[in-house]
Amino acid sequence: MITMEHVCKSYKVAKRKAGLSEVCKSFFRREHEVIHALKDVSFSIKEGEMVGYIGPNGAGKSSTIKILSGILTPDSGTCTVDGRIPWKNRTEHVKQIGVVFGQRSQLWWDIPVIDSFELLKEIYSVSKENYNRKLEELTELLQLSEILKTPTRQLSLGQRMRCEVAASLLHEPRILFLDEPTIGLDAVSKLAVRDFIKKMNREHKTTVILTTHDMQDIEAIAERVILIGKGQILLDGTLQDLRNAAIGETADAPENAGNITIGAGVSDEESLGAQSGINLDHVMAALYKKLDIM
Amino acid sequence: MSLRKSISLYIRYAAICVRSIMEYKLSFGLMIFGRCMIAFTEFLAIRFLFDGLTEIKGYTYGDVLLCFSVMHMAFTLAELFGNGFKVFSGIVKSGEFDRMLLRPCSPILQIMGTRFEIGRTGPLITSTITLCIGIAESKVSWNLLTALTLALMIVGATFLFIGLYMLGASFCFFTIEDTSILNALTYGAKEHGKYPIDVYGRGVLRFCTFVIPYTLVQYYPLQFLLGRSTNRVLGLYPVGVVVFLAICYGVWCAGVRNYKSCGS
Repeated sequence: MITMEHVCKSYKVAKRKAGLSEVCKSFFRREHEVIHALKDVSFSIKEGEMVGYIGPNGAGKSSTIKILSGILTPDSGTCTVDGRIPWKNRTEHVKQIGVVFGQRSQLWWDIPVIDSFELLKEIYSVSKENYNRKLEELTELLQLSEILKTPTRQLSLGQRMRCEVAASLLHEPRILFLDEPTIGLDAVSKLAVRDFIKKMNREHKTTVILTTHDMQDIEAIAERVILIGKGQILLDGTLQDLRNAAIGETADAPENAGNITIGAGVSDEESLGAQSGINLDHVMAALYKKLDIM
Repeated sequence: MSLRKSISLYIRYAAICVRSIMEYKLSFGLMIFGRCMIAFTEFLAIRFLFDGLTEIKGYTYGDVLLCFSVMHMAFTLAELFGNGFKVFSGIVKSGEFDRMLLRPCSPILQIMGTRFEIGRTGPLITSTITLCIGIAESKVSWNLLTALTLALMIVGATFLFIGLYMLGASFCFFTIEDTSILNALTYGAKEHGKYPIDVYGRGVLRFCTFVIPYTLVQYYPLQFLLGRSTNRVLGLYPVGVVVFLAICYGVWCAGVRNYKSCGS
């Protein structure tokens, strides 16, 4: 479904020190630094897989998503999604994918959500029957009926995010890219979004690629984890592989190791989830440090 | 995507812009009124100038008013439709352009559609009025050909301004930051385009022919329109803007290929 082979991408970034005199200096002579966002990245993802794509800030996660969704052209390497080269057959490609950026909205700010949906229907040339069917399904699963007529600007973050997810699925894409979809959400909204994603995958075989810093997202959704650091793929396996790697890496710091020890008296499921979540964050922190990819 | 589909999509985008602005009705009303007045003072400046003069380099009040109205109307139309290019650096910085690239339709359509500036209808009203006064005051012998020339001037100048905005927007791909250099050209052209360009002398006339082809839509067709030249071909000069537009489009495409996105 998705293959990336030896993909490299670098950016040229202007650099200068702080201070007004430096600003003036840089006006005449700019110093550039080349940042290698992706260095020889290769992986492949099968149809219907749910993959967690993780790594510290600035590791190259967003660059990968942008290349896969056709926004950026890589410097070298090949990449095919469903047989298409994203940046070459852009219009064809984007009809088959849905993208949710947790930090950016795709809904029109001042108009009711339903109007945004109607415009998306036109943009993607979705037929009336398909649109109505899908809208009904999404409205029910994400509990949107109450908020569809509200302008986006008046929605809470959780409500908005549910609408964002719905908006990216109206055209029934086969691949869904989620870039930090649960950032800033409360517990209820987080769970709703996670459950929904799992359901979509189960029922429609939607391939899901998820980047996040929330390890509970990964635990709940991803069957497979790809770890990227400093532009390189460092690990590709299950969450257990990640834990094992961390244990191996953190032999000298056993209290931070990934074995999930449940505290005495903690028995109900909620706190178990929280406990393992905290531990997972420790696992990741230790792993990032050990791999020296911060 | 077919042309019909594109146009219907554009109208939908524009309709959403209008509705968004209508959410703030008072602000909308004040904006229309304010912009109407700004344009009106520009007209008054010409009116008062001609209180003391009968003509400038052979151009009468009516002639200048005609020229002013054409350029003003074209500039306003360009802002109405092409405002998206004008604020393009903001679109890039906010990551909105990423989102546009994720839609299965032309980014140009989306840029022009999402920033449809309905507020520009204010000065449009003013320039329509001044155009009528200009037509009444000037001694143009109206026939099919001169009417066509006038229409071509307005349309040509509109596309010329949009082309300039597009060129300015293309620079954002290489610098991300705003480039005001193009503003100097567009606002400059709007300001000194009020008067037929030859009143500024040969140098300016050359610049406006070979660097930025304003004369194609202003000076040359005006010569025919006002009966200063009998060469009918001059009336068709505005069509030449197509070449300029093609160049701008080429730069734009090169820019899109160079697009680097920003942040996440």
